Amino acid sequence: MTFLSSIFKRRSSAPVARDRLQILLAHERTSGGDGKDDLLAQLHREIMEVIKRHVAVDQDKVQIKLDRGAHCSTLEIDVEVPGLTDAKPAEKLAATPAAKAVPQSKKA
Amino acid sequence: MSKVLVVTSGKGGVGKTTTTAALGAALAKNGQTVVLVDFDVGLRNLDLVMGAERRVVFDLINVIQGDANLAQALIKDKRVPSLSLLPASQTRDKDALTSEGVAKVIDDLRKKFDWVICDSPAGIERGAQMAMYHADMAVIVTNPEVSSVRDSDRIIGMLDSTTEKAKNGEKMEKHLLLTRYDPQRASRGDMLGTDDVLEILSIPLLGIIPESGDVLRASNVGAPVTIAEPESAAARAYTDAARRLAGEKLEVTIPTERKGLFDWLFKRRVS
Repeated sequence: MTFLSSIFKRRSSAPVARDRLQILLAHERTSGGDGKDDLLAQLHREIMEVIKRHVAVDQDKVQIKLDRGAHCSTLEIDVEVPGLTDAKPAEKLAATPAAKAVPQSKKA
Repeated sequence: MSKVLVVTSGKGGVGKTTTTAALGAALAKNGQTVVLVDFDVGLRNLDLVMGAERRVVFDLINVIQGDANLAQALIKDKRVPSLSLLPASQTRDKDALTSEGVAKVIDDLRKKFDWVICDSPAGIERGAQMAMYHADMAVIVTNPEVSSVRDSDRIIGMLDSTTEKAKNGEKMEKHLLLTRYDPQRASRGDMLGTDDVLEILSIPLLGIIPESGDVLRASNVGAPVTIAEPESAAARAYTDAARRLAGEKLEVTIPTERKGLFDWLFKRRVS
């Protein structure tokens, strides 16, 4: 293992670090560091508001997953809605609404 | 029995976050359930070192203020399933870390995990005090360098006086972890040796982590060194330290790099 992996593994890690930082900082600069929401956080909040308007949401039954990318970010909100209609108990309503390109602040 | 461990140092840049990630991953790989809690409100970095920076939705302050529950804020590691992360808030200020809030969160985490590892911010202010307050044991990360040793001594004093354990008249279990150690320089007499540091601080030694490029490489790619480069000298030193934390009796040695044939033939290029 060591022989083969040493051939493939020794790719430099600095470019990875640079890319990760660029994505992260682009996001942190737009949100300004003062608690202002970025687009994804805003979407999350508003989607939850809409859902809450229609059903009583149990906070423990909500799962939120987020993955910020350079060109594409995903926000996945998974809400369990109890007894939507007659017979079926606790149906799961999965909302995966924002598999969308998120505008990134342009690189200088 | 779950344990709350604080990783602290006083001085910044000695390797607290690296150590938190590496020890946590090593314990989790050993089958323990582990959560890493970042207390560095406003300057979080544990998420970045763990490679989870893109996945943060909620943080410690959100949980304390009731905007999210614990399960929503915990980020599960994708490589080691028994390892989770509770990130710090990047925006709010550290006054939001209320004593009652932190106590509640730590209490809830104790019920879910074998190990709760608190990554302390540098300094001796509120964040650092909150990180250590509920701890059962402490890992004091120290570089073999005068200012780091002095700050560690200060922190040891705080662990013995301002924590919950101290206030209940109990003894805090303290362990010294020497990081960025260069055996060659120490043997030449140009770096404080292990014995010197141990004599000055007089707390038991948990391990010696040799200075290693693998640590930087691991943080570049966003993985604890014990996951990214498990065979490296630094990772083996961390793995042994984690086993000692879990109660095993192992002699403290300084692992050396194992050079593969390939590395030996073609010396690694520096770009």
